[in-house]
Amino acid sequence: MQIYRAHVLVCGGTGCTSSNSEKLIKEFDTHLKKNKLQDEVKVVKTGCFGLCAEGPIVVVYPEGSMYMMVRVEDVKEIVEEHLLKGRIVKRLLAGDKNQEDITKSLDNVEFFKRQMRIALRNCGVINPEDINEYIAYDGYKALAKVLTEMTPEQVIDTVKRSGIRGRGGAGFPTGLKWEFASKSKDDQKYVCCNADEGDPGAFMDRSVLEGDPHSVIEAMAIAGYAIGSNQGYVYVRAEYPIAVKRLTIAIEQAKEYGLLGNNIFGTDFSFELEIRLGAGAFVCGEETALMTSIEGKRGEPRPRPPFPAVKGLWQKPTILNNVETYANIPVIFLKGAEWFAGIGTEKSKGTKVFAVGGKINNTGLVEIPMGTTLREIVYDIGGGIPNGKKFKAAQTGGPSGGCIPASLIDTHIDYDSLVQIGSMMGSGGLIIMDEDTCMVDIAKFFLEFTVEESCGKCPPCRIGTKRMYEILERITEGKGQEGDIEKLEILAKNIKASALCGLGQTAPNPVLSTLRYFRDEYEAHVKQRKCPAGVCKSMTQFVINAERCKSCGICARACPANCISGDKKEPYVINREKCLKCGACMEKCPFKAIFKNV
Amino acid sequence: MKSLAELEEIRRKTLEQISMRTNKNSMRIVVGMATCGIAAGARPVMNALLEQLKKRNVNDVSVTMTGCIGVCKFEPIIEVINPDGSKVTYVRMTPEKAERIVAEHIVNGRVCIDYTIGAAEDKK
Repeated sequence: MQIYRAHVLVCGGTGCTSSNSEKLIKEFDTHLKKNKLQDEVKVVKTGCFGLCAEGPIVVVYPEGSMYMMVRVEDVKEIVEEHLLKGRIVKRLLAGDKNQEDITKSLDNVEFFKRQMRIALRNCGVINPEDINEYIAYDGYKALAKVLTEMTPEQVIDTVKRSGIRGRGGAGFPTGLKWEFASKSKDDQKYVCCNADEGDPGAFMDRSVLEGDPHSVIEAMAIAGYAIGSNQGYVYVRAEYPIAVKRLTIAIEQAKEYGLLGNNIFGTDFSFELEIRLGAGAFVCGEETALMTSIEGKRGEPRPRPPFPAVKGLWQKPTILNNVETYANIPVIFLKGAEWFAGIGTEKSKGTKVFAVGGKINNTGLVEIPMGTTLREIVYDIGGGIPNGKKFKAAQTGGPSGGCIPASLIDTHIDYDSLVQIGSMMGSGGLIIMDEDTCMVDIAKFFLEFTVEESCGKCPPCRIGTKRMYEILERITEGKGQEGDIEKLEILAKNIKASALCGLGQTAPNPVLSTLRYFRDEYEAHVKQRKCPAGVCKSMTQFVINAERCKSCGICARACPANCISGDKKEPYVINREKCLKCGACMEKCPFKAIFKNV
Repeated sequence: MKSLAELEEIRRKTLEQISMRTNKNSMRIVVGMATCGIAAGARPVMNALLEQLKKRNVNDVSVTMTGCIGVCKFEPIIEVINPDGSKVTYVRMTPEKAERIVAEHIVNGRVCIDYTIGAAEDKK
């Protein structure tokens, strides 16, 4: 066995892979060989560290130095300076670049300090393609304990006592779900994992599968033992190629070690696991549609009851949990239900992973205890809003959720308080919006998504969301009519009451919640034909301030429509009829002489 | 996988290999590896340290490098740093001395006084 004196961890998550981390690994190998360090330094590809905005990320142990935005050209310097001579390359370090403290490691980065990582415990720590590393971090110990020391009833009881609720959106108590399935009598039962993550901007489940696939496998085997099932399916979308590859490798390795298959740990318990690839339809994240899709049919939902715990996959009792829910399960057994129940708020236990995106400095994945305020996420972990802009609202729950306005920024994030203010936890997408965001436009964006993704089985969703979208389109084009807002409300209420599945029932939420908190913006669009944020193009005009204009002509050269004209010593003018309202001139003007007129 | 013992064995073995990512409060050995250190033979010293630690199954001590410590005439220099920050500086190292330091200081907690910088200063 080879002991290395240093480990170089390179992020292999989707974000960093697309910013060239694969090439970094090759470059490290080349330079380590060149300096004859290949037997002393080990390069490891890990899962997502969570700070995707600063990727690709490289962490060098034992120092724990966290390098950010590493380019292929930087690798030579890291090898020759840090790995050969022990001099940390300060200019690539996280945080304050001028700081003298050379021990700056990832434990000191503000982004990580306030987080509590349970579901993401191994992401960015282990090599996800090596089962041994998972085992080294107590992997499969929970499964061993469950199989050799506990009865299925005790397992379910532990999950119930932990208070964990489903992390996929609705927040149904996981223990109860397992109990229902265990009480259904049948010769065959199934355990399914929902990895069909479809919310725009959400990538928590992808990161868990990419960074720690074994935790999901272990938890599914535990669930199988609890409800009496010997077969599991992971339903994951084919557009997550890295996640699929790592999960496939993980399943192979688990089989090889006998952690999947027959007589696991010498007991009577056997469990097999298969992957089913989805084609990326949003509706297939809905539980009944997902199971229909696994059966090989068109992914469409069906009415409930019967609930899956009674009649699910192939009409057999089935449990379906989300990736993040499963990732929490092994820890609950290792540290105890009481430990888990001690984290979070009264009715929401544990932590939640959020994919934070939009107008925020630290885009990425954060895991926080339930009950953390939105303010802490935005300002302390997220690093605030870029360019000194003001926070306007945050959108949670994707196309099924709603927005949280700035006035409620001190809301404690948990299942119930989010529902109370008209939003929902959702799977964990968190989109931050600044003052330049038009709330009507945002509502339109989410509705456009549901219109496209509606499976078409039930009319309220198929026709109703389309009609709502048309009204929003009209409003944002400056053609809103008196009574449009009321019409939206009536449609929304009817769709909520009559749609077949969760997708349709929640589709109007983005409109309802923006109406609740930003009704004045809707009214400004309809009554005054104005978009207060200056986003809706038909209601916005670009003008050049004649006093500020120095007649340099830069705007005219930047204009893709050739609609700016002028002459030396004469202020330039924009031809309003030809203007595309792209904003290129405003961006380029060195004298800030171009304004948006709303 | 037929037993817990088997799992525990894999866990233990792998943990040895990756312990440096988890141990935050362990003893560290720092080897001066600037130009002066390398020229004076710091690399064989470091290799000897790694070799010995491995041979003796010491997993909770990390070996890292640092730049020029400042007294180039005493290179190769290594420092053994305790979790509380206190440290012992050894000078004019050789692979043989490194072996003894692992055996006596690291494993048994006895500082090799004759190799320390204090001893070297006294001899002047």
